[in-house]
Amino acid sequence: MLRFVSIFVVALVALVGPASANADAARLNIVATFSILGDFAKNVGGERVNVTTLVGPNSDTHVYTPTPSDAKKITDAKLVIVNGLGLEGWLPRLVKSSGSKAATVVATKGVATRKIEDGHSHDPSDADPHAWQSVVNAKTYVTNIRDALIAADPAGAEAYKANAASYLSKLDALDRDVREAVAKIPPERRSVISTHDAFGYFAAAYGIKFIAPQGVSTESEPSARDIAAIISQIKKQKIPAVFLENVSDPRLMRRIAAETGANIGGTLYSDSLTDEKGPAPTYIDMVRHNIKALTSALSS
Amino acid sequence: MIYDALIAPFIEFEFMRRALAGVIALSLGGAPIGVFLMLRRMSLVGDAMAHAILPGAAVGFLLSGLNLFAMTFGGLIAGFAVALLSGLVARSTELKEDASLAAFYLVSLALGVTIVSVKGTNIDLLHVLFGNILAMDDQTLLVIAFNATITLLVLAVIYRPLVIECVDPVFLRTVSRAGAPAHLAFLALVVINLVNGFHALGTLLAVGLMILPAGIARFWSRDITGMIAIAVASAALSGFAGLLVSFHTKVPSGPAIILVCAGLYVVSVLFGSVSGLVRQLFPGRHLEA
Repeated sequence: MLRFVSIFVVALVALVGPASANADAARLNIVATFSILGDFAKNVGGERVNVTTLVGPNSDTHVYTPTPSDAKKITDAKLVIVNGLGLEGWLPRLVKSSGSKAATVVATKGVATRKIEDGHSHDPSDADPHAWQSVVNAKTYVTNIRDALIAADPAGAEAYKANAASYLSKLDALDRDVREAVAKIPPERRSVISTHDAFGYFAAAYGIKFIAPQGVSTESEPSARDIAAIISQIKKQKIPAVFLENVSDPRLMRRIAAETGANIGGTLYSDSLTDEKGPAPTYIDMVRHNIKALTSALSS
Repeated sequence: MIYDALIAPFIEFEFMRRALAGVIALSLGGAPIGVFLMLRRMSLVGDAMAHAILPGAAVGFLLSGLNLFAMTFGGLIAGFAVALLSGLVARSTELKEDASLAAFYLVSLALGVTIVSVKGTNIDLLHVLFGNILAMDDQTLLVIAFNATITLLVLAVIYRPLVIECVDPVFLRTVSRAGAPAHLAFLALVVINLVNGFHALGTLLAVGLMILPAGIARFWSRDITGMIAIAVASAALSGFAGLLVSFHTKVPSGPAIILVCAGLYVVSVLFGSVSGLVRQLFPGRHLEA
């Protein structure tokens, strides 16, 4: 489903692309691999750049399959922004096969990486690629993107520096807000059960524990055994809140809540932004949405 | 050991107790209906009606989300509409009942899929197609128990004409005019029990706990009372065993229940005392005077 949407979005962008490219001929064409990077690039580049994202909103970057129009976008681009850390395994070949001369910037350069704990691995190097979940790391992303933009377009250096500075101050404010929100949660309540494996950096930076439900398959319809396992774990470890994306049936969520007394959290956004109408159209909105969902589930 | 395997899951977890209560209520209402469907050679009608109910439930779902009453009500309306319209066409034209039912349920199904894909996502529809017996809340349990009670009461009232119509409809017509009303009431019960089933098992499997137990019962008894008793017992047993299978392995609960029931069915086909295959191959000694 998501893949179809992403293909559709890509196709749409491809259709609309040429026309807008002509109109903005003066702008610098930039390709970002997924929506969060695209949002950073837009904020730093401002009016001077034209940002295209390969993996659109609401789509999964891990399992994305590039399309021919992606190769074309990369050919047209001056700069390709990637996350690195093995997130976009499909990208190097795409860049090579497109014959693009675009410079590639790895946005996570200089980030203190952490290992994946749960054995769910994207890459032999085993570094967790979801570094953007910590706002401190997001600032590294922004400075890396700023430097790359200046290198690609020295004429706009002043504009990029100004944009980046104002965006970085917004990120600082965001970081402060997240820390304040976490500080309000009593320390013994700072743990949730979540099927997400994307919040390692968030957990390390802000001190909320993300516990994976044991022995629960995340993809298929839950069996009685899965539900029983989740319930016993919540009771035993006294976990105040549960975020379960795979248990999508709201009736089942209510049952788990009724039987354990745990709060049921809403959706946490991790790997991609939503479209304009969704609750997380930008990175800052996404982090604010997540911290709001977490605090409302964890405060008693 | 046996306690741990068979009883402990239900003692320890409330959702298991609720699921068991739900599946027993379903068995009490659905299995007798299934027996009559089978005796009247209408087993596939049950399946067709299950499909006919889907669009009503889907529309209810689209209008108010996973709302029990909206979905029940929508399903009832769609089911009754298809049952009545196909009955009307069959009685007033030359088209036979099976053909007109097929026509209407296909129309209903196509409408449902269209409405859902125009208005919403297909992902959510899965909840309608595959209900969840592990998520029995008070409301759902009460609705299922209520419907099962109604079913048993109405069956008690129309039992006589229904049985006679199964065996000898021509005779019934000569002695009583209760045939047509009893038939309609029976169709209504079919719809009610299917709607009941889809809360627990989803529209696709709702029919399973009606038809399979009836098939099992056919191999063990020759009289209707016995068949009904065996059907109810085997449905309840399948529910219990299916929940345990789902608890101890990782099979989703709805399919697990139906698969256990199917297993009982296969055993019955092979070893049933009435016309079971093994029984036919080795008839045993005839009773001699």
